[in-house]
Amino acid sequence: MSKTITIDGKVIPFEEGQTIMDAAMAAGIYIPHLCHQPEFTPHGSCKLCTVKVNGRNCSACTFPAMDGQDVLSETEELINDRRKITQMLFVEGNHLCPGCEKTGNCQLQAVGYHLNMLDNHFPLFYPDREVDASHPDVMLDQNRCILCTLCVRASQQEDGKNVFAISGRGIDKHLIANAESGLLKDTDLDATDRAAHICPTGAILVKRTGYQVPIGQRIYDHKEIDQVSLETEHLQHGE
Amino acid sequence: MKQFIRGIAENNHYQPTHLLQILRQIQAHYHYIPEAAIEQLSELLSIPRTQIISVVEFYSFFHLTPRGQYELLISDSITDHMLGKKILFDYLANKLGVAAGEVRKDGVVSLDNTSCTGMCDQGPAGLVNGYALTRLDRPAIDKIAELINQQKPLNEWPSELFHVDDNIYKSGLLLDRQIEQGAALRSAFKRGIKETLKEIDNSGLRGRGGAGFKTAIKWQFCSEEQQTERYVVCNADEGEPGTFKDRVLLNSYADQVFEGMTVGAAVIGAKQGFLYLRGEYLHLNNKLQGILDQRRRNGLLGSNILGSGLDFDIEICLGAGAYICGEESALIESLEGKAGIPRNRPPYPVTQGYLGKPTVVNNVETFLAAAAIAVNGGDWFANIGTEKSKGTKILSISGDCDRPGIYEYPFGVTIRTVLNDCGAADVQGVQVGGPSGTFISNQELDRKLAFEDLATGGSFIIFNSSRNILDAVHNFTHFFAHESCGFCTPCRVGTSLLKKQIDKIVEGHGSAGDIVALEELCQLVKNYSHCGLGQTAANPILTTLERYLGLYESHLKEISFEPGFDLDGALETARRMANRHDASAHLAQTESEHE
Repeated sequence: MSKTITIDGKVIPFEEGQTIMDAAMAAGIYIPHLCHQPEFTPHGSCKLCTVKVNGRNCSACTFPAMDGQDVLSETEELINDRRKITQMLFVEGNHLCPGCEKTGNCQLQAVGYHLNMLDNHFPLFYPDREVDASHPDVMLDQNRCILCTLCVRASQQEDGKNVFAISGRGIDKHLIANAESGLLKDTDLDATDRAAHICPTGAILVKRTGYQVPIGQRIYDHKEIDQVSLETEHLQHGE
Repeated sequence: MKQFIRGIAENNHYQPTHLLQILRQIQAHYHYIPEAAIEQLSELLSIPRTQIISVVEFYSFFHLTPRGQYELLISDSITDHMLGKKILFDYLANKLGVAAGEVRKDGVVSLDNTSCTGMCDQGPAGLVNGYALTRLDRPAIDKIAELINQQKPLNEWPSELFHVDDNIYKSGLLLDRQIEQGAALRSAFKRGIKETLKEIDNSGLRGRGGAGFKTAIKWQFCSEEQQTERYVVCNADEGEPGTFKDRVLLNSYADQVFEGMTVGAAVIGAKQGFLYLRGEYLHLNNKLQGILDQRRRNGLLGSNILGSGLDFDIEICLGAGAYICGEESALIESLEGKAGIPRNRPPYPVTQGYLGKPTVVNNVETFLAAAAIAVNGGDWFANIGTEKSKGTKILSISGDCDRPGIYEYPFGVTIRTVLNDCGAADVQGVQVGGPSGTFISNQELDRKLAFEDLATGGSFIIFNSSRNILDAVHNFTHFFAHESCGFCTPCRVGTSLLKKQIDKIVEGHGSAGDIVALEELCQLVKNYSHCGLGQTAANPILTTLERYLGLYESHLKEISFEPGFDLDGALETARRMANRHDASAHLAQTESEHE
């Protein structure tokens, strides 16, 4: 008999070695997330995928599924708190959606909509962050970085390079590029690298591709992130 | 420089795990980590430069830009503040002609604040090039300024500036008598290793760092792992403000601590142990190395210990200024030469710890007790204390009392007894277990120190009625924001938001809704943070809000809403540019100010 967990009352099967997130996605259940992409080693840092497992808060993307777990995800408390965590990500950086090329394709924005985020709730930090436009094909705007490390992992795990890393401590944490100059142009990053395309926000953008898809026809303009995530990420994971 | 760096790397066998130790030497020599050194190390250790940069930028004692030849840091613990730190700091800055966070123009001296240095019983305290300074007062500061201006090498400075007292005022089961060197190992081998683990189990010993996991169970789990390469780690990164017992244990009882680690190694089957010593305790390093050497000479470390067939040795690794490394998985990351970021769990260190191998991490005091239990048996320990908290607890007492220092009590002792013994009068409240613990008021003095009631890692800070509790809350909240590793959103952003929110209230800009907002934020940080730091970072606010709500409310303005920033102040630059000083160039913050 296969092992099962229960998510919001729904019994779903899982295989040994799967996380709660893996099992949920395979069963067509969306749990909000930003730092997670099924192709890469889970990181567990954004905390949006926090679920209650047998009464205790755990990150669904890193916590192993175990037989008989009672998982709560879409509770009012968790939805409200996920919204606040998203608001934290917004106020920490400089996220000006109307002026950002990523609008409509941005997962941070889409999660915000999904969680019915209507304001920033917290005071804005207005941090002073740098833009690195040195690379001929890729630009890095630290203002929009949410420190999810997807570019770090994609570069290491898929591109076989080591272009990015996270440095600093606490609120001063920031993305760094692996070059003596610290500039993107001196790294071995190519515009075709997965790392150049994986950013959930508009922090890493490929140059000369902006606005090719008009606003209004973008990924999240017509579909919510839960639907997109289950259609695309589950597929990747099943392969 | 090239030769110097190569030499350090060679001495460390080009091991990336030794990155912190290597960087400590570079920082000590150049007073920063030069870019060229990073490039060279990246090649020598075969690690990406980004790993080195991320380590340099993570730890407070490493710098990418030059600090002074004399790197002067003053402890910012609340206990130092209670002893007049702020006035002294200003006096020192003035005397040396350098501001906080700056390097003097001639490059001779730099000055800054640092988190609690573990000298709360003899503050105000500081560090000069990593070495502890105690009992700072004006004459001491005059002397220090003079020595720095004469550029006298540290080894020519008068030793009284560096004098550290143990200040043991009350000893009990553990501190009364140190075991004879080798006695615990002899007993353990004679009794049998399995039987010794059973004695430790019978003793009921629980981890002394504060979390209280049963030591015998941890050791047993680790010993049952399939992987045979295993490690023993002693956590001497005591960074909890107000704690300094490990400093004393390592100064005067280190032999027994090392013996406890060796007993642990025999139980779990480890060949290698580490003492992770917080960077602030650099002054203990030479002494501890000497004790390790002596134990090696006496056949108590090395191969075939006491003819038992056990091979085990201990290496001392120094931290570099990061409170988070007291968290066991962050400590392991740091031991591996990385930034101290707590790992996802499971897997726990007992299954996958140092280099992915089964690892036992215990507090200094836990190993001290384990050694004594190996000699005296489990009952000797279990007969003392309470049902769920066996044995004694060593407390670090500081703040408003006549005799700050080290006190050992059987578990179950009341706060009142402790306060009487250390000469505390007119008590307003006590911070039990440090900022991450609980603040109790003078209405709760019959509460007990035990896992059943008030659990504690040993920090005990006393506040008399002349103190403003909000000063402590403000200090602790800033501390957590400074020490957050930044890995997870709720702690990274949340501790900074808590800092802003508490500043707003303390500075008198708060209004009715701000306490509700503060409490809501506290719950968010507490419930969603990745590790113990974030989960306890709101405790200073939560435990004082519960007890002193009126105090918070007295700081609020009697209006329904107050902006988070100073509206009129924000226009200062514009006024200056327009050369306007008249009344109509000023804006009122709220309607009440209009009236």
